Amino acid sequence: MTAYILRRLLYAIPIALGVSIVCFALVYIAPGDPLNSLLPEDASAETIAMVKKAYGFDKPIPVQYFIWLGKVLTGDFGHSIASGRAVTDDLFKALGNTVLLAAGAVMVAFSLAFVMGLVAGYHSGGPVDRVVTGVAVIGVSIPNYWLGIVMVIIFAVELNVLPATGMGPRGSDTFNFWEWNHFRHLLMPMVTLSMIPIGIITRTTRAAVAEILNQDFVETLRAKGLSEREILIHVVKNSMPQVLAVMGLQFGYLMGGSILVETIFTWPGTGFLLNKAILTRDLPVLQGTILVLAMIFVATNLVIDLLQTMVDPRLKRG
Amino acid sequence: MANITMSPSDAGAVQSAPAVMVRSYWQNVGYRLRYDYLTLFFGAVVILILLSAIFAPLLAPMDPYQSSLINRLKPIGYKDFHLGTDELGRDILSRMLYGGRISLTMGIMPVLVATIVGGTLGIVAGFLGGRTNMLIMRMVDVFYAFPSILLAVAISGAMGGGVVNGMLSLTLVFIPPLCRVAETATSQVRNLDFVEAARATGAGTFSIIRVHILGNVLGPILVYSSSMVSVSILLASGLSFLGLGVTPPEPDWGLMLNTLRQAIYINPLVCAIPGVAILITSICFNLVSDGMRAAMDVRL
Amino acid sequence: MTATEGSRTASPLSAVDRKDMRDRGGDAQPMLIARELKKHFPITGGVLNRPVGHVRAVDGVSFTVMKGETLGVVGESGCGKSTLARLLMHLIVPDSGELIFDGDAVGESDGLSVRDMRRLMQMVFQDSYSSLNPRMPIEDSISYGKKVHGASEAEAKDAARELLTKVGLDPNLFGPRYPHELSGGQKQRVNIARALVLEPRVVILDEAVSALDKSVEAQVLNLLRYLKQHFNLTYVFISHDLNVVQYVSDRVLVMYLGEVVEIGPVDEIYERPKHPYTQALLASRLSMDPDDRIEEPPLVGDPPNPINPPSGCRFRTRCKFAEKICEVDNPVLGDWATADAHVTACHMFVPRSGHSMAVSSASGSAPAPSGTAMAGGD
Ligand SMILES: Nc1ncnc2c1ncn2[C@@H]1O[C@H](COP(=O)(O)OP(=O)(O)OP(=O)(O)O)[C@@H](O)[C@H]1O
Ligand code: SF4
Ligand SMILES: [Mg+2]
Repeated sequence: MTAYILRRLLYAIPIALGVSIVCFALVYIAPGDPLNSLLPEDASAETIAMVKKAYGFDKPIPVQYFIWLGKVLTGDFGHSIASGRAVTDDLFKALGNTVLLAAGAVMVAFSLAFVMGLVAGYHSGGPVDRVVTGVAVIGVSIPNYWLGIVMVIIFAVELNVLPATGMGPRGSDTFNFWEWNHFRHLLMPMVTLSMIPIGIITRTTRAAVAEILNQDFVETLRAKGLSEREILIHVVKNSMPQVLAVMGLQFGYLMGGSILVETIFTWPGTGFLLNKAILTRDLPVLQGTILVLAMIFVATNLVIDLLQTMVDPRLKRG
Repeated sequence: MANITMSPSDAGAVQSAPAVMVRSYWQNVGYRLRYDYLTLFFGAVVILILLSAIFAPLLAPMDPYQSSLINRLKPIGYKDFHLGTDELGRDILSRMLYGGRISLTMGIMPVLVATIVGGTLGIVAGFLGGRTNMLIMRMVDVFYAFPSILLAVAISGAMGGGVVNGMLSLTLVFIPPLCRVAETATSQVRNLDFVEAARATGAGTFSIIRVHILGNVLGPILVYSSSMVSVSILLASGLSFLGLGVTPPEPDWGLMLNTLRQAIYINPLVCAIPGVAILITSICFNLVSDGMRAAMDVRL
Repeated sequence: MTATEGSRTASPLSAVDRKDMRDRGGDAQPMLIARELKKHFPITGGVLNRPVGHVRAVDGVSFTVMKGETLGVVGESGCGKSTLARLLMHLIVPDSGELIFDGDAVGESDGLSVRDMRRLMQMVFQDSYSSLNPRMPIEDSISYGKKVHGASEAEAKDAARELLTKVGLDPNLFGPRYPHELSGGQKQRVNIARALVLEPRVVILDEAVSALDKSVEAQVLNLLRYLKQHFNLTYVFISHDLNVVQYVSDRVLVMYLGEVVEIGPVDEIYERPKHPYTQALLASRLSMDPDDRIEEPPLVGDPPNPINPPSGCRFRTRCKFAEKICEVDNPVLGDWATADAHVTACHMFVPRSGHSMAVSSASGSAPAPSGTAMAGGD
């Protein structure tokens, strides 16, 4: 068990290094001189010389990688071409907003999807099951950026009950969860982002519940005279670990996958940051943001994997 | 026991058996699909969508590039514009039909290429095992460590927009999962005795993979890649929506969504149309894939 | 190899003395010599998944197989029988040891290539379920080997259909079928046909009949006998069923934990077993005669772990004659290279070995240890 945990932790290191190599390579797959990708067009000769030296652009690429890695590990992600600010400044501010959005979306998804999946799995094969399965298919098939636009059309344009963009009144860039004026800005992006997890968590729950109900010992419980309510509690308890694991994975996924939704609602998170970086071809910001988001994804997977093996040691996933 | 006597011809007595209909695995799958009306229906819709994209030049009532300042953002059914016009006064219906060509190509091609590349890598890794497997699978794990949309955005964001870059980045997104599926299926099959028996005849690696492995792993690989088509269509139009895939003035569903977005206050219904096309296509591919999975799930 | 013929009623799979054109050495040259074959499987574990030990699946096995004979191989489950079979076929590469096929060293530059050896020696696999490709008509499964060695589609198909007839399956009915449409016995017939399609000299039968019903088993054994005569084959017959091995074999090899403990002519082994393990094995098989049934099982407990086998003689943990010397020294198998010799790896049969019951001369007969009922015999 301990050996497994250690092995899993050790195994995450080469993955993390691989991820950093991919992120490092982004600057090199960009067309043109990598140096130009990192500097504004009007950079002075002085700045160019300085950056050239700092990143070792005269040295072989592997050396450049290690110089870059050293900087990244000390929290230096370079400077934004567009704003000139340190990438970390903008990045960590945006990160908080994305965590808020992704966590909210996963919560919404979980509460809806678990109930739907439970009901569907409990009546598997019946008409309710069919409807729920259909909803789940729509959840994973719907382009969520389109759903965002539709919601804006309905709630902001036609009904005018919710704000279309931003995260607070009058372009506020702070967020207060407990204040309705702020919170209502979160509603639409949150619901939009929750569509894919709704589809996936519903499917997982449905499958888990149907499988548990299929096992022999449920028959035994029934024979023992347990009420349906007690059996339901038993089913919920047993399917929960698996569903929570999927929910955790979805959180990691949304952290990196919220770019479209954030763009539509101009929600100032990492996705919005990325979108701006793409439009302005701001490679330092692009690189730093992607690195951090991918690392969060790796870490989430790792934590869930470990938690799962601790709950059920039989599951030693490769 | 020692005095069982039997002449060679006895031992070689030809066994007869009742004549049964012999059906191969794939015939079986086809048979099951033929009676799965839901899948057949959605499959027909997919074919219709594909056909309408292929024959867009014949079907489109107008020139999809022809803009007109006076006809900007007209509602559904305005004059001859059955689905209205966009922000430059171009016919939405024609652009939708032409847009299908690019959107579907961008959705399907990456999965196709990734199935071939990733599938091959996975089969090789699974069959050879050992160090080759380690090398390939660890590389795959690295790309697996990115959420798919993030990887697509990262690569095409760094390389710059354009259809080719978009497709390239999507291909890279789908290679790792397909490689994994192929690897898992192959390493299960390669330990079965019939593969050993094939090796015992002196057959080479390539022949064994072609004759004995492929037939047994193709099913799971195809099911998986068919389920990726819908994801790919969503990602592709997502990239175009971000300005990373198709560039104006080319018609593309994702890009149309983006440009029409500015008009939601003027003509909300028209703005939603490209999304409906993406949604329907994606749902149909998903359900067809589910049907295929069910049909192929026969243990022989 | 007619020597055994005289000594007993002809075994159904017994020697056929017909000259084969493909013989390289003379009749007396063994078909197969295995010398000190060894295969240890690494077991990984720990944080880094490094090898932390080895399963000594086959640990220095030597024996000969004469032309035209049937060598039976017996031993408990997990003693390394299948591993030995795979080593003979070079399906797994031995860690050490050599294999000589009709005078030619296998896999060496001046000898027989592995590919050529695999044409001359074929194997029928233990698990008839997974040994046929589920996505392939059985006809194609059989003809595949032929095509690998350069036959045309039509030739290969003809050969497959002919063999199907030979193993008792109507090619028109069965040829196009898939494995799941066949019964266990039919599948095993297909497996046999596949092994024969390359016209091999030697066929290794790994538990070829073990999974079958008794009546089907008898049919397949008869088929094997017929095929042996018809194609002039040599068999290595692996089984854990002592009755079947006695029925089919000319000579018998007994394995215990990856080692050969006894080898000799079938009647010798069954009537005068030397090694305490062989005696226990024979005693433990169910006798048809209730009076012969023994009260307490002579072989108690599971075999020890092949990862850390006991020092000295591997059987000592279950041997009632074990003494000090058995703990210190691993007894060696005597002169295994002589075809008809009955030899065993036990200190009781080595003169002056230090065992209190050691025989006085090398050719000494079994000490017939008291208490070991000689049950069995059919
Ligand atoms: N590929 C392998 N890797 C590791 N250990 C193995 C491998 N193959 C076999 N072993 C081990 O080697 C030993 C011998 O296995 P083998 O299959 O040869 O036994 P067997 O005599 O054929 O048994 P059975 O009668 O059950 O078929 C067993 O302990 C087995 O666990
Ligand atoms: S060597 Fe010793 S322990 Fe081994 S079988 Fe002979 S008497 Fe028993
Ligand atoms: Mg075996």
